[in-house]
Amino acid sequence: MSEHEEHTTHSQGFYLAIGIGLLVLTATTVGAAFVNLGPFNPIIALLIATIKATLVVLFFMHVKGASEKLTGAVVVSGFFFLAILLSLSLADYLTRSWR
Amino acid sequence: MASTVIPANRAPAPTPKLNYLNNGHTLKSWLLTTDHKRIAVLYLISVTAFFFLGGFFAMLIRLELLTPQGDLMQADTYNKVFTMHGIIMVFFFLIPVVPAVLGNFLVPLMIGAKDLAFPRINLLSWYLYIIGGILISHVMLTGGVDTGWTFYTPFSTEYTNTKIVEAGLAVFIAGFSSIFTGLNFIVTIHRMRAPGLTWDRLPLFIWSNYATSLVMVLGTPVVAITIVLVAVERLFHLGIFDPRLGGDPLLFQHLFWFYSHPAVYIMILPSMGVVSELIACFARKRVFGYKFVALSSVAIAVFGFLVWAHHMFVAGISLYAAMIFSFLSFSVGVPSAVKVFNWTATLYKGSISYATPMLYAFGFIGLFTMGGLTGLMLATIGIDVHVTDTYFVVAHFHYVMVGGVLMGYLGGMHFWWPKITGRMYPEAWAKLSALLVFVGFNLTFFPQFILGYVGMPRRYWQYPPEFQALNVLSTAGASILAAGYLLPMIYFVWSLRYGKIAGANPWHAAGLEWKTTSPPPTFNFDETPVVTWEAYNYDEIPPWERRAPVAR
Repeated sequence: MSEHEEHTTHSQGFYLAIGIGLLVLTATTVGAAFVNLGPFNPIIALLIATIKATLVVLFFMHVKGASEKLTGAVVVSGFFFLAILLSLSLADYLTRSWR
Repeated sequence: MASTVIPANRAPAPTPKLNYLNNGHTLKSWLLTTDHKRIAVLYLISVTAFFFLGGFFAMLIRLELLTPQGDLMQADTYNKVFTMHGIIMVFFFLIPVVPAVLGNFLVPLMIGAKDLAFPRINLLSWYLYIIGGILISHVMLTGGVDTGWTFYTPFSTEYTNTKIVEAGLAVFIAGFSSIFTGLNFIVTIHRMRAPGLTWDRLPLFIWSNYATSLVMVLGTPVVAITIVLVAVERLFHLGIFDPRLGGDPLLFQHLFWFYSHPAVYIMILPSMGVVSELIACFARKRVFGYKFVALSSVAIAVFGFLVWAHHMFVAGISLYAAMIFSFLSFSVGVPSAVKVFNWTATLYKGSISYATPMLYAFGFIGLFTMGGLTGLMLATIGIDVHVTDTYFVVAHFHYVMVGGVLMGYLGGMHFWWPKITGRMYPEAWAKLSALLVFVGFNLTFFPQFILGYVGMPRRYWQYPPEFQALNVLSTAGASILAAGYLLPMIYFVWSLRYGKIAGANPWHAAGLEWKTTSPPPTFNFDETPVVTWEAYNYDEIPPWERRAPVAR
C-alpha cells in the first residue's frame, strides 16, 4: 500500500484476527443450525451474518477511518437500496393475507 | 502540469501524425492496452459480433413465425432460440453497448481527463465480458438453455435439463464487467473533471452515464447473487425458491426484477444522454431546462428501483403491493416525460439540420415515446392482467430497448464516428439506413401490439391461423430492419479507408471531446483544458458556424 492513501491501515496481525473472527462466526452459524431454537434459528443466523458483514465493511473494505466523503456516500446508498429491496418485497409478503 | 484555456470556438486542429489508433500496431498493444479509447474499440468489435449473433436468433424466430404451424424447428428448439436471443441481446449487447463503447470512449474526453480512474480495471472489465461471452457461446453450441432470459423458477431450478448453471455463470461474469465499468465512471466523474468543469457544466451524456453507473453498481450484485441462489438450489437442493423445502418461488422474481427492471434504465439512460447531445448540436441550442434533464437521469435511476413488481401482477403478489407498484411505475413516467418535452422544447426556434445523427435522435424520440406510453398502459393493473405474456409486452419492450437504445446508439455512432476514426461516413447511405431502420422497426413491432392485444401469447412456436397476416408483416419488417442494421456495418468499415478526413470538429459542436484532434492522441489532450464556459454554448459560436454542416 502506498503512503499517500487516505484510509487508515492496520497491521497484518489485525486483519488476520478479523479473518479468524469471521471463521469463528461462520462455525457458530453452522453450530447454531443444529440446535433447535424454533423461530430464533433464523434470527440468530441473520444476527451473526450482520456482524460478519459489518466487520468486512468496516475493516476489509476500509470504511472505518476513511476520510473520503464518497466512501460514506457509497455505503449509505448501498444500505438505502438494500432497504428498498427489503421493504418493498415485504410490502408483498406481509399483505398477502389482507382481504 | 501546465493548464491552458482552450477557447470555446477554436479552429479545428489538423489530424495529428500520432494518435491512439496508430500508437502501437501489434496485437499485444491492443489486447494489453489500458487506453480507454482502445478498450472502447475492443468493446465495439465484440458487442457488434454479439449483436449480429442475437440478430441471427431474432431472424430464426421471425422465420418460424411466418407461418402458423411449427415448420422450421421443433418447439424445444424454438424455446432455446428465443432464450439465446434474449440472453445475448440483453446481457451481451444492450447493457454494455452505450456505456462500454461510447461511454468508455467519451467520458474521459468529455470531462477533459487523460483516461478513466482505473484503466486496468477497465481492461479487466472487457476481459470479463469476453469470458462471459465465450461461456454463453459454449452453452449455445452444446445444447443451449430453454427458460427464456428470465430464468424463472421453478422451471429453472427443478424441471429443465438444459445448461442453466453454465448460462447463469456467463451472465454472472458479464455482470461483473458491468459493475467495473460503472465503478470506473463514478470515480472518474467525481474525481477527474477538468478545472472549471463543475457539475452544472457537465454534458448531459456524462450525467446520464453517471446515473447508469449508479444502477450498475447498486443493482447488478443482486442479480448475480440471485443467479448463484438458482445454481445452489439446482445443484444442492437447498430450499430457497422451492416451497417444499421452505423457500418461496416469488422470491426469485422479486430478486430478479429488482435488478432486471432497473437494467432497462441501464440500457436506455446512456442513449438518452446521446440524444441530448445530438439535439443540442443539430438544433444549435443549449438543451432546454438543462438542470431538469440532468436531474431527471438521476430520478429515473432512483425511481427505476421502486417499480420491479409490475412484472409480477399476475404472479400472485398481494393486491396491495400490486397497487403500490402500479402507482410507483407511473411515477417513472414523470422524469422520462421531462426529457421528451425538454428535447422537443429545445427544437423550438432552433437552427435545425437533418444530418443522420439527428434523424436517429428524432427516431428515438418517436419510438421511445410509444414505448413509454405503452409502458404506462402496462403499469395499469387491469390492462396488464389482460396482456401479460402476450406480444403486446414484447412490442412494448422492443420499442424501448430497440427503438430507444439502438436508435440512440446508432445516432451516437454516426455523430462520434469522425472522432473515433478521424473519417466521415457516407451521408447518403447513412440517411438511407436510418430510414430503413425506422420503417423496418415499426413494421416489425407495431403489428405485435395488435397481435398481443387480441391475444397472441409470447414464446410459442405455433399460433392460430387468424394471426398470420400480422405475423407476415412483422417478419417482412424484420428483414427491412436487418438491412438497415447491416448497411452501417458495411459503410463504417468502408469509411475507415475511403471516408473523407473529418478534422477535429466536423459538426462545429460544443463539448471538450471536439476540442482535441480526431482521432485523439493517446492521452486525449496535449494540455489539460480549463473550462470557462457552460455546456452547449452554441450561442457563443460565430453565426457562420451555427448551422451544423452535413457530411458529404
